[in-house]
Amino acid sequence: MTTTTQSGELPLELAETVVIRFAGDSGDGMQLTGNQFTTSSALVGNDLATLPDYPAEIRAPAGTRAGVSGFQLAFSSRDIHTPGDSPDVLVAMNAAALAVNYKQLKPGGLIIANTGNFGEKDLEKAQLKTNPLADGSLDGFRVIEIDINKRVAEALKDSGLNAKEVQRCKNFYTLGLLYWLYSRPMDVTEKWLRDKFGKRPELAEANITAMKAGYNAGDIHQLFQGRYDVKKCQELPNGTYRNIMGNPAVGLGLIAGAELAGLEIVLGSYPITPATTILETLAAYKHYGVTTIQMEDEIAAICAAIGASFAGKLGVTTTSGPGMALKTEAMGLALMTELPLVIVNVQRGGPSTGLPTKTEQADLNQAIFGRNGESPIPVLACATVGDAFECAVEACRIAVEYMTPVILLTDGFIANGAEPWKLPDIDALPRFEVKFAQDKDGFLPYSRDEKGARPWAKPGTPGLQHRIGGLEKAHLTGNVSYDPDNHEFMIHARLEKVMGIRESIPTPKVEGAQNGKLLVLGWGSTYGAITEAREQLHRKGIEFGQMHLRHLYPLPKGLAEIFARYDRVLVPEINLGQLARYMRGEFQNVEFLSYGRTLGLPLRAHEIAAKIETLLEQ
Amino acid sequence: MTDTLTKKDFKSDQEVRWCPGCGDYAILNAVQQACATIGKPQHEVAFVSGIGCSSRFPYYMNTYGFHTIHGRAPAIATGLKTANPALSVWIITGDGDALSIGGNHLAHILRRNLDVNILLFNNEIYGLTKGQYSPTSPAGTRTKTSPMGSIDRPFNPISFALGCGATFVARTIDTHLKHMAGVLEAAAAHKGTSFIEIYQNCVIFNDGAFDDVADKKVRDDRTIDLEPGQKMIYGKDGDKGLKTEGFSMVRCAPEEASTWTAASPYGAPAFLMSGLDHDPEMPNPIGIFRSVDAPIFEDGVNGQVSAAIEKKGRGKLKDLIYAGETWDINS
Ligand code: SF4
Repeated sequence: MTTTTQSGELPLELAETVVIRFAGDSGDGMQLTGNQFTTSSALVGNDLATLPDYPAEIRAPAGTRAGVSGFQLAFSSRDIHTPGDSPDVLVAMNAAALAVNYKQLKPGGLIIANTGNFGEKDLEKAQLKTNPLADGSLDGFRVIEIDINKRVAEALKDSGLNAKEVQRCKNFYTLGLLYWLYSRPMDVTEKWLRDKFGKRPELAEANITAMKAGYNAGDIHQLFQGRYDVKKCQELPNGTYRNIMGNPAVGLGLIAGAELAGLEIVLGSYPITPATTILETLAAYKHYGVTTIQMEDEIAAICAAIGASFAGKLGVTTTSGPGMALKTEAMGLALMTELPLVIVNVQRGGPSTGLPTKTEQADLNQAIFGRNGESPIPVLACATVGDAFECAVEACRIAVEYMTPVILLTDGFIANGAEPWKLPDIDALPRFEVKFAQDKDGFLPYSRDEKGARPWAKPGTPGLQHRIGGLEKAHLTGNVSYDPDNHEFMIHARLEKVMGIRESIPTPKVEGAQNGKLLVLGWGSTYGAITEAREQLHRKGIEFGQMHLRHLYPLPKGLAEIFARYDRVLVPEINLGQLARYMRGEFQNVEFLSYGRTLGLPLRAHEIAAKIETLLEQ
Repeated sequence: MTDTLTKKDFKSDQEVRWCPGCGDYAILNAVQQACATIGKPQHEVAFVSGIGCSSRFPYYMNTYGFHTIHGRAPAIATGLKTANPALSVWIITGDGDALSIGGNHLAHILRRNLDVNILLFNNEIYGLTKGQYSPTSPAGTRTKTSPMGSIDRPFNPISFALGCGATFVARTIDTHLKHMAGVLEAAAAHKGTSFIEIYQNCVIFNDGAFDDVADKKVRDDRTIDLEPGQKMIYGKDGDKGLKTEGFSMVRCAPEEASTWTAASPYGAPAFLMSGLDHDPEMPNPIGIFRSVDAPIFEDGVNGQVSAAIEKKGRGKLKDLIYAGETWDINS
């Protein structure tokens, strides 16, 4: 860190990467605070990554550990890949938030504790026998104690708001304090508050006053020994950026994909954590010709999408693991009727209801293998928030070019995590315009083109009346057929069609060492952590190859040749080794080692790095 | 249209494969005839079905057709009709398909009031799986899965539909061709979800289930045709009537009979009539229980899309992506 002097009295230190975790009660508005800090940091030009961590209960009893809601964010002047393994700064709005979070803090890290919520009752609710601020638990950390409840009350004593409303401005006081500490501008948040509370300007003003009071508190009260600045990140490629979360990125990708196909979207969905915000995103884009139907259940949701695809629209359904389980039969119908359909699974902790608000990658088996019969469905997974847009476009492409349902896997980490997104050049995106069947002559609903796709004939087209359904289809005519040879023929035809997708996808690139002892193979949201681990080890002079799979089924060509360049392949994933097991079946001469964690959390870069180091020492 | 359509125009080239004597044949005939009478060209008509004997129906229609999965036809039809409101969409389902596995979807399509026609072939038995009791089988029905008699109380499909807020609810009988034709045409003319229960005889597993009311020999005396605006008179010789008395329906002389209305603001009269089934003292109602207007689902959904486009202009991809707070990096 370099120290410079600023016009004020306190030294300004330059920091490279800072990880902050805001933690408070579910009702304290920590997600909002975190999001505002994120937006302001993005506009400063930092690279960043976020990890919201909130309880499944909307409002667990106030002050308890179960009710703690957290938002972690890493912002940096470097190109970073993860929201950080452990925070530098913990903002604890109450005793429970401190108790739940302080152990993950970096040694020597900074704790900002709201002492207004460390009374006897608060400690009791947090199941603390003694006050951690006083009992030595926090030795080794720097602790700033500040009674935010009281400070906010003072700042807003003339606001005309009642005591409860005043206390609801606490998070903006805290945000102001952090804005001061990290030299962030307040104007974006100010504008946001004025927009949000357009109808109640007194609330906007109160929150702004609270934020400014927090900001000034940093200055006036000399709480800190200095402040920090994190400069603009110069490592990101040139371009226009915006900050985005994974679910909206998927939503935008679907709209873009439909447009590139020359189609309109019909989304059939049913609210489920953590996928709901894709439905919410698309519901707000009706002027893009997007139709959203909130159906009565998961099954109805996919069925409505299939019905819309039959009608000539791009049917889409969005869900999470338990919803995928319910949609399984209908996926088989889409496969059998060879209609395009995009199915998005935002994976969460399972099995069963599992951990709705936590992340996991344990639905890979379900996506690839989880249906009755021989039922090949293409499966893709997004690696990062920005990649979610591209993957959604790719899912649309495959669905319409190959007349097939496609599964797109994301997870809770990507869904709710935010990143600066380098905006794509829209005009450069390749189009994959759909041509509907029109010609009556020689029309056969189950004939196939060079890709193996059958014609898509919309109801309403004169002369092309035909019947489709879940019973086995006769080759060409599509009539119901119980013929044994036809059944086997059709099983192969469906499989070959899906396998043919390999011709249209690139072999993934290997980053880092191009051969050697170890290749690390990842998929989905672990990309950032693996990349971070590679960069950490690279600084120590340790090299390995890194490859990430976007297409999980069918697998791209050329993998065997890549695997052959390494002694072993390590597969880190947030499950018990589902990709590793699948790979062992596909590539029997390659040694795949599994590194699986199932904490409901993203993989941690330093843990992956440690695992790799041990392996390379062997 | 230059040529008038005939029944034959709606026959597909597929061989019909129901058991000889099955009530489904008569219904298929009546529907093909009704389609010709309604006069919408074949390519603007779609039949969607679930699973069961009746659900093979779309294969026999020279229209667009979708034989879907068990119970889900209403959900698939919702996507289809919303995506293309110009289509005439018919849902073919049975008592098991609609009321067991698909009960949820049936309830919701009825409340949404999609402009489709639902034909529920009620034979009070599972035919395709070879004769197990269904959700409309009377309690005590003995089948291989209920050797000592079924315990479940049955659904009354008409009451079910009324309870879901259906805007058009009717009942007809497979063997009563003239009546069926009238009901089908009324259903097709109705804007909104039309729900028709058809008493359908399964000759193999539940032969004669409706004979006590539907057999030609007793039909006129044992059923009453609910015709909106008409006196509630029935009997071979038109010698019997029904009238309301307090909260009940009672038999009366024809001249005292009440006038039937299917458009009451409340569902109560229709509910009252649907409760007469299986009462040996009372006629079994057929005809139109309810016919009222209500907003149509797909009009609402598509209307919002058009309104959004009108208000904001058709969205451009570039504006979608380059939205919110953006910043440039040029180093
Ligand atoms: S089993 Fe019954 S319902 Fe099914 S086709 Fe035969 S007679 Fe008709």
